[in-house]
Amino acid sequence: MAGQTLAEKVWNAHLVSRQSGEPDILYIDMHLLHEVTSPQAFDGLALRGRKVRHPELTLATEDHNVPTSDIFRPIADPVSRAQVDAIRENCRKFGVKIHALGDPGQGIVHVIGPETGLTQPGMTVVCGDSHTSTHGAFGALAFGIGTSEVEHVMATQTLRLRPFRTMAVNLIGTPQPGVTAKDIILAVIGRIGTGGGQGHVIEYRGEVLAGMSMEARMTICNMSIEAGARAGMIAPDETTFGYLKGRTYAPKDERWDAAVEYWRTLRTDEDAVFDRVVDVDISELTPYVSWGTNPGQVAPLAATVPAPGDFADPVKRAACERALEYMDLTPGQPLAGIAVDTVFLGSCTNGRLEDLRAAAEVLRGRRVAGGVRMLVVPGSERVREAAELEGLHQVFLDAGAEWRNAGCSMCMAMNPDFLQPGQRAASTSNRNFEGRQGAGSRTHLVSPAVAAATAVAGALCSPGALPAAESLPAQHTAEV
Amino acid sequence: MEAFRIHTGRVLPMRRSNIDTDQLIPVRFLKRLTRTGYADGLFAAWREEPGFELDRPEYQGATVLVAGPEFGTGSSREHAVWSLLDHGFRVVISSRFADIFRGNSLKNGLLTIQLDQEVVEALWERAEQAPDQPVTVDLEALQVRAADLTVDFELDPYHRMRLLEGLDEIDATLRYEDAVRAFEATRPSWLPTVEVA
Repeated sequence: MAGQTLAEKVWNAHLVSRQSGEPDILYIDMHLLHEVTSPQAFDGLALRGRKVRHPELTLATEDHNVPTSDIFRPIADPVSRAQVDAIRENCRKFGVKIHALGDPGQGIVHVIGPETGLTQPGMTVVCGDSHTSTHGAFGALAFGIGTSEVEHVMATQTLRLRPFRTMAVNLIGTPQPGVTAKDIILAVIGRIGTGGGQGHVIEYRGEVLAGMSMEARMTICNMSIEAGARAGMIAPDETTFGYLKGRTYAPKDERWDAAVEYWRTLRTDEDAVFDRVVDVDISELTPYVSWGTNPGQVAPLAATVPAPGDFADPVKRAACERALEYMDLTPGQPLAGIAVDTVFLGSCTNGRLEDLRAAAEVLRGRRVAGGVRMLVVPGSERVREAAELEGLHQVFLDAGAEWRNAGCSMCMAMNPDFLQPGQRAASTSNRNFEGRQGAGSRTHLVSPAVAAATAVAGALCSPGALPAAESLPAQHTAEV
Repeated sequence: MEAFRIHTGRVLPMRRSNIDTDQLIPVRFLKRLTRTGYADGLFAAWREEPGFELDRPEYQGATVLVAGPEFGTGSSREHAVWSLLDHGFRVVISSRFADIFRGNSLKNGLLTIQLDQEVVEALWERAEQAPDQPVTVDLEALQVRAADLTVDFELDPYHRMRLLEGLDEIDATLRYEDAVRAFEATRPSWLPTVEVA
């Protein structure tokens, strides 16, 4: 019998029942909730007199709607407030723990799970949010679900699913200095397309991963959904165990030892066979940026805007044509130098401490260009606190950026942080869809370092292309 | 969920790929707390563009949406499905769907059918030439039938059965209580639990 892939091992370890002709019943170890996709599910439970089967395997947060400034005042938008009130009331009624706005544990659902050690190797983690794929960085099988499935998990702690197909994305080679996880995943999506992973769990493989932090791995797995995949995974290793050790929900003492022993088995067997294998050479990569209105429409920042005629496939050609019109770009125009109104640093893709550090490093001793607004939104309140301990907030403030409280913010523009029609942003988030950051908004997806350099230049720019920074006043380098 | 057996209706051809969930329903409509009442959110941004397909007189009352590949990519928002249903669509045909959207559709009685892009193009041409000509989508026979075109389609037998019967999936899973309990007894003790509120 052939060996198993990592994804198959985790699947099989959660198999409650397999009946011919029916989808498997898969056990869910952790169910994360947020305010947007849960109210109808709670209503469904209430309507039929059902309970949340395992409140202790369920955790809620408020992230999509919440303001990122003046957080201790009542939420100004009454509709957002009603949704936040609804999840608080539902959590109270059904006995679910919630990190409400203002709570030091509040933040984006995909940031708080990992940072508290709640996301562990080999677990099944679901949430009514497509970027649940983030948690796969720990070797968990983690995927987004709809509200009907949220209700199903709350009622049964299981899901009905056919096994996902498996896909290996082999990252070949060593990246050049200055190339980040975000550049790698944008290049992967550009390569396989927004539907390339349909029905599959991607396992990212390659030597580059061994040297990658958990934050970087999360950025990669986060955007698996943008390649159409159900989930993304990276096999756990010493970096994973080192990250988890001592975190709030990580196992302690002898249970830690038992867990680590099991976690070490969570690797794809040598003789396992993937349904699909894609090799992506990352040795020649340079910083990447999106030019269009889907995350497959990407190119090196050093390249030019493509022309519809560059695409042989008529569907892609038409999509390029429409995207260029929407984005107000001209074929052949250099991507570097496209002027932006706003820079957004944050989101479940790039809102972690390491992302803030990378941007701060570029901003130190520099200023955000006149007329450009830069919004820095930590992924969680814990990230905000840690960044402030390092003095990163002061770097952002000194540069002229806005330093905010945690939330999804301008990634999806459901709270007061959004662009005006026609405005253009460089954004460290995950989706460049039409109107994603506000009606009529235009988005270029970038890494945190490119976002910071773009803020300084006022136009899409790589950090290497900036003039040297002024030397820094001593008080800002001091440890706090 | 409303059962789905056979449906005859006119086609809305949408010659677009990557119709993502933010286009299906922009985020400002996601603040509601209900499962219904989303018709006004469907394609809200595109409906502001003159000549948008959905608002053309010849396609009024269409119930079968036919679109290019990567339909429903992006977010997990089930509101995308609710808005299509609330507008009156019963079927979406595309050459490729995003997985989460497709799962959501089949749980709500919106039949999503994946057909080759050539068939999608053939349906587009027919709908553009003869917008009044209906198609029949037959879930029992697994067929899409237009005037001069009959195409077979595939659907997971489990989803087909659920749609035909309009069954509640939670009820069905709750019948496996013994298996779930037996599984729970084997879960390792190191797995995390959250303090209950």
